[in-house]
Amino acid sequence: MPIAIVAVMPRPTLKLNHFIMFVALALLLFCATHGAVAQYTPLISGGGGFFDTSNPGDKVTYTPIIEPMAAAPIGSHLLIESRASLVESVAPNSGDQPGYGHTHFIGLTYLQGDYIASPHFTIVGGTFLLPFNTYNERLSPIWIGNFLSGPLIGALGLLGTGSGTGGMVRGNAVSHRKYSIDYATWFSSRDGNKYFNSERSSGGRSSLYLPDQRLEIGLSYDRLLQGTHENFYGMHVWWEPKDTAFRLRGEFGRGHHAQGYWLEADYRTQAFGGLDSFLGRFEPLVRMQQTYRRDTLFSDSLPLVNTERIDFGLDYNLPHNLRILSSYSRQFAATGNKNIWQTGIVYRFLVPAWKGKSS
Amino acid sequence: MSSKHVIFALFVLAAKSALTQATQPAHAAATTTAKKHATGSTKPETEGDRIFQQQCSRCHNAPEGFSTRISGAIVMHMRVRAGISDHDAKELFRFFNP
Repeated sequence: MPIAIVAVMPRPTLKLNHFIMFVALALLLFCATHGAVAQYTPLISGGGGFFDTSNPGDKVTYTPIIEPMAAAPIGSHLLIESRASLVESVAPNSGDQPGYGHTHFIGLTYLQGDYIASPHFTIVGGTFLLPFNTYNERLSPIWIGNFLSGPLIGALGLLGTGSGTGGMVRGNAVSHRKYSIDYATWFSSRDGNKYFNSERSSGGRSSLYLPDQRLEIGLSYDRLLQGTHENFYGMHVWWEPKDTAFRLRGEFGRGHHAQGYWLEADYRTQAFGGLDSFLGRFEPLVRMQQTYRRDTLFSDSLPLVNTERIDFGLDYNLPHNLRILSSYSRQFAATGNKNIWQTGIVYRFLVPAWKGKSS
Repeated sequence: MSSKHVIFALFVLAAKSALTQATQPAHAAATTTAKKHATGSTKPETEGDRIFQQQCSRCHNAPEGFSTRISGAIVMHMRVRAGISDHDAKELFRFFNP
């Protein structure tokens, strides 16, 4: 994996003063965390994958991707965490030009500090993933998502970049054995930095979870506070019946110019020797999604016309945190129907940042 | 300091971690979870196991194993990301460190 990382990375061009700052910060973090108790060793996690996508009649697009993530506790109340993304896209040249061209993207997905101030109150500062609905925060990592592509409404309410730069308070407001309620509310400033691009905005999300029923229902809201102020509303429902490996998840999102929903079900059988048997490792999936345009103004990434899409997937969960993902999608729209085939393989890693002894 | 520096630091740590991964002890609780998967049982055996199934498995499959030395970092990360309660975080920590 490190070899692949080096191959994709551009040659670093560190200026001396930046390099000194960087080394000083790294040493500070190292010293602050290295003396901590053994269980609080910083971790390196993330995933690496290789995806391809094709439409009938088109050539295949290949997308190697690496998403490393780090979390470094400083004491038992402060956590520094970050995730980056490295994507190389190899696609056929447009027009009559033969062969393939490639583009790459490297960037930080988020970099935030979390201070756990009390059992019900955590303060987050930095650049963070916007907690609008569930996909952005909880399902977008490549080692978690069941499908290679996100839902059509995945960007609705995420205000362009999916991240905010500012502050957030979040936590578990009420916790009972029968139910719990969590919340997150945030404010983001406008930031034109190409690495931490964000819009001036604010919003929040709250969820009710019933552990016995394994049912979660949540509401989200955010508002763009620059240019034309726009409101976005979201709702999510997750249901995972107890003692089964069946999951049903859905989201609805409504913006100023478009709205839509997705509903996804996945299942792994335990009837033939458990989840780690040959058959138990198969994970059939289906996702239904529809988007509706409320007007012809385009300020989001949803399709320009009303669109319906159904995705059928079949994942296979290999040993050693490897996963094969495959799917076929049929999309219906006034601009033309199309088929989309996607396959990929994802490896997930989760290791301590340095060698040491367990306590 | 730009994000390039932070990314560079992540890669250095990732490379170092990959070299030391083979020497790390696997996390007992995750191993237990893997065994339960193998036998087809999804019924929790402890309070921590119950919370693990209720909270963590909602979003992702259990990793096959990890060092107990990062259990605190995992619990802190999930406490923020998943909004788990103080009690559940403590039980998860115990579950990861039997």
